[in-house]
Amino acid sequence: MTQPGSLASQLEASGAGGLVDLDAAYKASNVQQVLDELQQELIGLVPVKQRLAEIAAMLLIARLREQQGLAAERPTLHMSFTGRPGTGKTTVAVRMARILHQLGYVRKGHLVVATRDDLVGQYVGHTAPKTKETLKRAMGGVLFIDEAYYLYRPENERDYGQEAIEMLLQAMEAHRDDLVVIVAGYKERMDTFFHSNPGLHSRVGHHLEFPDYSIDELMAIADLMVTRQQYHFDAASRAVFNEYLVRRARLPHFANARSVRNAIDRIKLRQANRLLETGGKVALEELARIDTSDIRQSRVFESDSDEAADER
Amino acid sequence: MRLTQGTFSYLPDFSDEEITEQIQYCLDNNWPVAVEHTDDPHPRNVYWDMWGLPMFDLKDPAGILAEIRECRKAFPNQYVRVTGYDRRFTRQTTALSFLVQRPADEPGFRLERQEGHDRVIRYTLHSYATDKPAGKRYEE
Amino acid sequence: MAGDGKKSGKSRWSAGVTPYKEMGYWQPDYVPQDSDILCAFRLVPQEGIEPDEASAAVAGESSTATWTVVWTDRLTAYEVYQGRCYKVEPVHGTNQYIAYIAYSLDLFEEGSIANLTSSIIGNVFGFKALKSLRLEDMRIPPHYTKTFQGPAHGIVMEREYLNKYGRPLIGATVKPKLGLSARNYGRVVYEALRGGLDFTKDDENINSQPFMRWRDRFLFAMEGVANAQAHTGEIKGHYMNVTAGTMEDMYERAQFAKDIGSVILMVDLTIGYTAIQSMSKWCRANGMICHLHRAGHGTYTRQKTHGVSFRVIAKWMRLAGVDHIHAGTVVGKLEGDPNAIRGFYATLRENKLKPDPTLGLYFEQDWVSMPGTMPVASGGIHAGQMHQLLHYLGEDVVLQFGGGTIGHPDGIAEGAAANRIAVEAIIQARNAGRDYMAEGPDILARAARFSPSLRKALEIWKDITFNFESTDVPDAVATLTV
Repeated sequence: MTQPGSLASQLEASGAGGLVDLDAAYKASNVQQVLDELQQELIGLVPVKQRLAEIAAMLLIARLREQQGLAAERPTLHMSFTGRPGTGKTTVAVRMARILHQLGYVRKGHLVVATRDDLVGQYVGHTAPKTKETLKRAMGGVLFIDEAYYLYRPENERDYGQEAIEMLLQAMEAHRDDLVVIVAGYKERMDTFFHSNPGLHSRVGHHLEFPDYSIDELMAIADLMVTRQQYHFDAASRAVFNEYLVRRARLPHFANARSVRNAIDRIKLRQANRLLETGGKVALEELARIDTSDIRQSRVFESDSDEAADER
Repeated sequence: MRLTQGTFSYLPDFSDEEITEQIQYCLDNNWPVAVEHTDDPHPRNVYWDMWGLPMFDLKDPAGILAEIRECRKAFPNQYVRVTGYDRRFTRQTTALSFLVQRPADEPGFRLERQEGHDRVIRYTLHSYATDKPAGKRYEE
Repeated sequence: MAGDGKKSGKSRWSAGVTPYKEMGYWQPDYVPQDSDILCAFRLVPQEGIEPDEASAAVAGESSTATWTVVWTDRLTAYEVYQGRCYKVEPVHGTNQYIAYIAYSLDLFEEGSIANLTSSIIGNVFGFKALKSLRLEDMRIPPHYTKTFQGPAHGIVMEREYLNKYGRPLIGATVKPKLGLSARNYGRVVYEALRGGLDFTKDDENINSQPFMRWRDRFLFAMEGVANAQAHTGEIKGHYMNVTAGTMEDMYERAQFAKDIGSVILMVDLTIGYTAIQSMSKWCRANGMICHLHRAGHGTYTRQKTHGVSFRVIAKWMRLAGVDHIHAGTVVGKLEGDPNAIRGFYATLRENKLKPDPTLGLYFEQDWVSMPGTMPVASGGIHAGQMHQLLHYLGEDVVLQFGGGTIGHPDGIAEGAAANRIAVEAIIQARNAGRDYMAEGPDILARAARFSPSLRKALEIWKDITFNFESTDVPDAVATLTV
């Protein structure tokens, strides 16, 4: 079932003549394409992208070694992704699944996103089948558990999360060849979670941290979003938006790229209302221009208090 | 004796790899796969005990193989079979059905002949296993 | 509508002979209605007769026409009852034409194959104006299909009845054809079923002869069936041939087969369409599978220029309601072009068919959920051809290996086991994604390593094929586009 040009056939061919053709193998694996797509799709995240490329390199070499008959234990592939919301964790998880599939480490390459609700039941005996179902669906692909630490609630003795954790640990060991698990969430809480569950920590082979975006990166994300929707800042409003970002990032519940998107949605709302209130006839360009007033109205500018963070 | 129900019963018992291939075939055809078991092997026993529900929306055989292993562990001396179901219009029936476990010792059937008039005989099959009550058949 | 006699200068209703074309049987502008029955006839006119006149004549003579104008036609809404030829196409490179004729639903009695056939082929085939005539295909509209019972059980129900899924069913006709007494006949049944076949079969000419009467055969065969069921734990069957001289005798035999517990009976095509419909109705009411042997069909289906194509017979028999019908093997000893046979199998099994000239299908055919009839492949096939059989014929088929079972040197049961192992091995390989057609001999050889009976079978028959040019090949051949 090896197609010409596939990694598998490339691996078969590369052994001939005593030399291993690394370039050809890398090309055949199509990993570069996935990395390029990721570069296009996500701004910044330089350390993450680098880590991803490193992991891909490690996996490719492991494959080549195995194919050449060198000792090759299957590398530990379970991972943790830590960072604040909106920093690209799910997007990268999807790409990771593709890379793993293209390098032959997972059979199908689909991603199943699960939270505590998909794994833990409400009454005795409810958890095991729920967890089993989610695990079965993820077989052959990647299981992405968001805010994984919610599984662990030691303060509540009747909590069934521990059962789910046990089953997860067992699956991560027994089904190493069938399944890759990625746990994700805030770094501090994940650290606590690992500390209380050393079994889980020992099974995770790679820890990727997703840093918050810098203001410049968030600005670039905003530019991208705004352009895609065929709006634009003028010089003044652009500066004001920058200021908005600085203020907003300091406030709690800041969700990086997601917060940027929400902000832009509200800006569009205000722009629309401004245009209609003014009325009359306007140049076409006005339908696309974002004015400073569309941004200034945000409560973020009212004061530096915490309450201003509750933006609808 | 060797019960020859199921699609592949004249071939040597399947390895896990061979079972996986057949399950993958079912998944490729979008047939949900189910696991069933019984200790009553009469050919007219259509309704074996279901081991969980039919498994829909799965992409990979690994999870199903895990269920098969669990069923075998729970009932080490029963017949276990795997079925694939085709829901398409004009089919809506079982598409594949094969055994993945059989008891270590299969005593088989007795043919009962009830003699009637004019050399007519009424035949029934009696399974030796069912001499014992359910749950106690096929024990060591 | 009815012509006005332009060409011959004669009025439509004046006495005497008018060309069929001018009597309304030739209507090139007619658009067939959804409720019409459509026929495609292959005809060769006599010298001097134009194809459209010959086609109009076929339309006429298979509906309302007589050789001369009759005034009583005017007492009817004749325009409804006239067959209409709406298209004639020459067949490239021959002197043949295909005439497309539409018949209104009103010509036919509901649910009657006898009437359908009497109407369309009852009169016209002896017509002097034609050198030859063949009914190639027939489109049966849903309006008419729904008036028939259809298969007593059908493919899906038969599998559920037997509890056998995912592979072709396999059987064997008891050999020798004639002469065995009942007890020894039952021995063949027992050995073949115990060895691994699903079915055994009476031959078409085994009815009730001086060397073996039907009742004795049924009793001994049933003993063989029941015994084999006990040995294997599977459901088995022997097709009890209930063909007889009268319907009353047939009902008696069928009832007896049912009483002694058979799951299946069989009839020959020679009992006639009406008897077949009756038997199929009886089979549904009494829960028995109805197998049809197409005895005698070759007299009128085989020649390409004259007769009735088997694909039409297949349609009639699915409507009439048989569960099994012999439909060709491609690689066996009896006649059959692969594409034509694929067309027959599709006609019997599918629910919606599109026209496909390469398979010889002239019309679309919508069976509106009527269950399919299981095709039966019988005649000179053996285990060594299993990959070809699966490739050409598919999974919903009964493969019958009469000689291929009974002729095995180690015995009938061994022969049966060889066939059963071969079919399961090819199915396993196909499901696992192998190119079973190309690797067939290898797959069989691999299976033969754990089965001495299969190994012997492959050795004895490995080079047997029957390669003669078919007499009935569809006009259109698929050409590769570059």
